[in-house]
Amino acid sequence: MNPNLKRLRRSMMFLNCQKPGLIKDPYVYGPDSIMLDLEDAVAEREKDAARFSLYHALQEIDYRGVERVVRINGLDSDLWEEDIRCSVAGGCDAIRIPKTETAEDVKRVEAAVIAAEKEFGIEEGRTLIMAALESARGVLNALEICEASPRLFGIALSGGDYTKDLQTSISGTGVELMGARQHMIIAARAAGKQCFDTVYTNLNDMEGFRRDVETIHTMGFDGKSIINPRQIPIVHDIFTPKQKEIIFAEKVVREIDTKKAMGIGVFTVDGKMIDIAFYDGAKRTLALAKASGVYKGDL
Amino acid sequence: MDIKKSAVAGTLESSDCMVTVEPGNGQVDLDLDSVVIRQYGRQIRKVIYETLKNLDVNDVKLTVVDKGALDCTIKARIEAAVFRSNDIKDSLPWGGAIK
Repeated sequence: MNPNLKRLRRSMMFLNCQKPGLIKDPYVYGPDSIMLDLEDAVAEREKDAARFSLYHALQEIDYRGVERVVRINGLDSDLWEEDIRCSVAGGCDAIRIPKTETAEDVKRVEAAVIAAEKEFGIEEGRTLIMAALESARGVLNALEICEASPRLFGIALSGGDYTKDLQTSISGTGVELMGARQHMIIAARAAGKQCFDTVYTNLNDMEGFRRDVETIHTMGFDGKSIINPRQIPIVHDIFTPKQKEIIFAEKVVREIDTKKAMGIGVFTVDGKMIDIAFYDGAKRTLALAKASGVYKGDL
Repeated sequence: MDIKKSAVAGTLESSDCMVTVEPGNGQVDLDLDSVVIRQYGRQIRKVIYETLKNLDVNDVKLTVVDKGALDCTIKARIEAAVFRSNDIKDSLPWGGAIK
């Protein structure tokens, strides 16, 4: 199994492959992942040139551990297969499928990725997949999409197109996204996959952005798509466990391990009732803290 | 590869370069203008000639206006212009002539 399936992905930053100035050094801002865009951000007549820029950036720029995801063009275009050849040959870490609506969409991309790995001598299984859901049908099919491929690490909501499909628009309150967000996180967890939220496009409203990130964090999302480096510190602040939470999680794990051996099922930690149901959550907090670099302990 | 017609790739934005290829007169004829020519002129020329060699382009009039592009961008823009001059957009030789 590819060890990167479950890697830390709090912030996934979009970058336009048409602009060499944007893709040359985004690692300095410290996102967990970058999404190198061949789709909407690239003008139709620059699609070919963007691929050359992408290929050489992937081959020659040291992104210092930042995950490199490529958003390919839609499966309804005549561009996506060459996008995959270019991306896989360049050595990208993952392919983001736009406008995913069915499990079949994921399987078509998976087949093209496998063929490209074979053609370019890339280790089989190295290239992961994620699926963006941008329509009512895509959201409703979230579970079958999540289960379509072992390479698929997660699903992401694309709010702009989704709200168009719902015949509404982004309000800033999140009301219009509630159903999709709730359905997607449930489907992703049922399938053991990650789930990512849509972009927040109003860069002049950082308070609104913070509230948006807090909402999706509370809902259980793994991270958020972002469009500007200014958004990264806020996302990381909200998604990184606080010291108090880490200390409590450590106590919970140690106490459950100890008490289990003594045949005790229910007990208290810092005045809170704890039983085995808290174990996985505490382990997850510690794993996230470790991946975020704020916990060096042995649990 | 032959240069079948004039083609352009790139922009004059910072960190980019604009490359124009035209059918040549039996040789490589390079016109290079760069904002960093004094510091990196030799390296830029090296990248340009290596890229043309990889593409097996021996007969071209090439104009490069560089605005501080990285080597990888210079390569990408030359390749884009050369393949555009041949109207080739698919089944490209990634890792072969493009390297």
